[in-house]
Amino acid sequence: MTTQVGRDPATTAAVEEFLNRPVTVGQRLQQVLHKQPALSPAIVLVLAGIAFSLLSSRFYALTNLSLVLQQVAVVGSIAVGQTLIILTAGIDLSIGAVLVLSSLVMSKIVADQGVPGPIALLTGTAVAILAQTLNGLLVTRIKLPPFIVTLGTLSIFTAITLIYAKGETVQLTGGFLLWTANSVSVGNLQITVGVFLMIVLYAAFGFALRYTAWGRHVYAVGDDAEAARLAGIQVNRVLLSAYMAAGIAIAVGAWILVGRVGGGDPNSGVNANLQSITAVVIGGTSLFGGRGRVLGTLIGALIVQVFVNGLALAGYDPNYQVLAVGILVIAAVSVDQWIRSVKV
Amino acid sequence: MTTDDVPVLEARGLVKLFGRVVGLAGVDLALYKGEVLAIIGDNGAGKSTLIKCLSGAMAPDEGEVLIDGSPVQLRGAKEARAAGIETVYQTLAVAPALDIASNLFLAREIRRKGPLGSVLRMLDTGEMKRQAAEHIKRLGISTLQNINQTVETLSGGQRQAVAVARAGAFGGKVVILDEPTAALGVRETGQVLKLIRDLRDHGLGVILISHNMPNVFEVADRIHIQRLGRGVGVITPKSHSMEDAVAIMTGAKTLTAAAAEA
Repeated sequence: MTTQVGRDPATTAAVEEFLNRPVTVGQRLQQVLHKQPALSPAIVLVLAGIAFSLLSSRFYALTNLSLVLQQVAVVGSIAVGQTLIILTAGIDLSIGAVLVLSSLVMSKIVADQGVPGPIALLTGTAVAILAQTLNGLLVTRIKLPPFIVTLGTLSIFTAITLIYAKGETVQLTGGFLLWTANSVSVGNLQITVGVFLMIVLYAAFGFALRYTAWGRHVYAVGDDAEAARLAGIQVNRVLLSAYMAAGIAIAVGAWILVGRVGGGDPNSGVNANLQSITAVVIGGTSLFGGRGRVLGTLIGALIVQVFVNGLALAGYDPNYQVLAVGILVIAAVSVDQWIRSVKV
Repeated sequence: MTTDDVPVLEARGLVKLFGRVVGLAGVDLALYKGEVLAIIGDNGAGKSTLIKCLSGAMAPDEGEVLIDGSPVQLRGAKEARAAGIETVYQTLAVAPALDIASNLFLAREIRRKGPLGSVLRMLDTGEMKRQAAEHIKRLGISTLQNINQTVETLSGGQRQAVAVARAGAFGGKVVILDEPTAALGVRETGQVLKLIRDLRDHGLGVILISHNMPNVFEVADRIHIQRLGRGVGVITPKSHSMEDAVAIMTGAKTLTAAAAEA
């Protein structure tokens, strides 16, 4: 939809000529990708899917696709929170540590104190939101760069987790917290409750970012915080709310993690930090803030998992999986730079 | 110039100190409906401090600000805006990644009616676009054509037009423009000056801060001259020449001396 608000008649002919100028295929592609930031990761995902199904016939087996979805659920969930924070031009290096802390609190109070599952879930959620509130307050009140704040809290939260766990894992034999690991059959596709929860999370945050004033303010603050302040946006409040909302996404991830490991493991999710950032970056969200979509992040998380899974099925050494993810990140950012240079 | 008896925006005896540095040393200023009041002054004369006090970005140490004759305490841009004072800052307060309509409605978005708006807090983008197009048309801004364009794709003059449109679009009483033409080319400057006249003709009071004397003399009805934290006088483009204005601004002449000469 274009709304015309009158044109300067003197320039119209020249403008029309410029707008109708011949464009090369490359330029047109660049323009389309610029308008649809989630499109380039989507293309990569489809191409990767085709490539890996050629390498291994087992890739497209529904049981394997179910596995990919299950594997992506934890990182996919916290990556929603990571997207939110990166959109505000921040970064959260403590997100994995908060995830593990929250999941450990949930499962340990059930195992040790016999707390009912739903209350344990709420307690774990409160821990995640509280931890993220601390991050948010340090960023907004003491004006520390998010990188430094979360580098510090990464150590703090990891240490608290290990001290609280006393080096032991928690095993749960059943109950509410393990519900996320239950699966629902859709034909031959086995989808766990955790995967559904992750999808709900994406839908909710996608809606909030796109269709609410709060969402626009998150983008505006990430784009140019000073301009947002002068426009009348309460920048600190928006920043703090982004960190706290990320806490909710982390809590959902923690619940899914408890289901996957069957309890709490202080050493689980060690890679979740960087994996969440990788998913956001491959998904086309700018590390400088103000640009990106949660849908891109979901595709980004899927791309990483498809590569890891596909290379494993094709019989490659696990080290090649790490190598591939590294190349993916560099390639994603390079493509992103090229798309940004578009002349509209 | 239409002057009511009560100024729409008035400052009385504004004092602002920064440690031992005097920012404002008791400044009086009156702006009436439907006029363009320019504020000129050398660097450090207190222009920026003065408009910050008027736009709520800074609180004066002494003195008072009156809107329509009643004293107000402005704490922050949002309160000033609620009182009808809109400011266009030198560093344009626009969000580059958002489109023109979203920028016009930044921090005052319209929500949908019914549960979609009240429960889900969903925005009414269609209504905002429709109103944005209307405002732009009403203000006669021809340089903005497609309100779905993101602001980052606009030229400097067009961005300025977005900022000015936002200031003029919401039934405010006063628009303060801080160096609106500083970064613009000749043609774009002309467009912004036309916009300023349009705002005045719609009955708004406009305060224009500028270093550009020809621009000031082209659009201003009255000119307030600041020097070393004080308001040293108010002249009009008819009563004084540009040379006089510069001389008073730099202290080479006093207002009375310039008047005696003329």
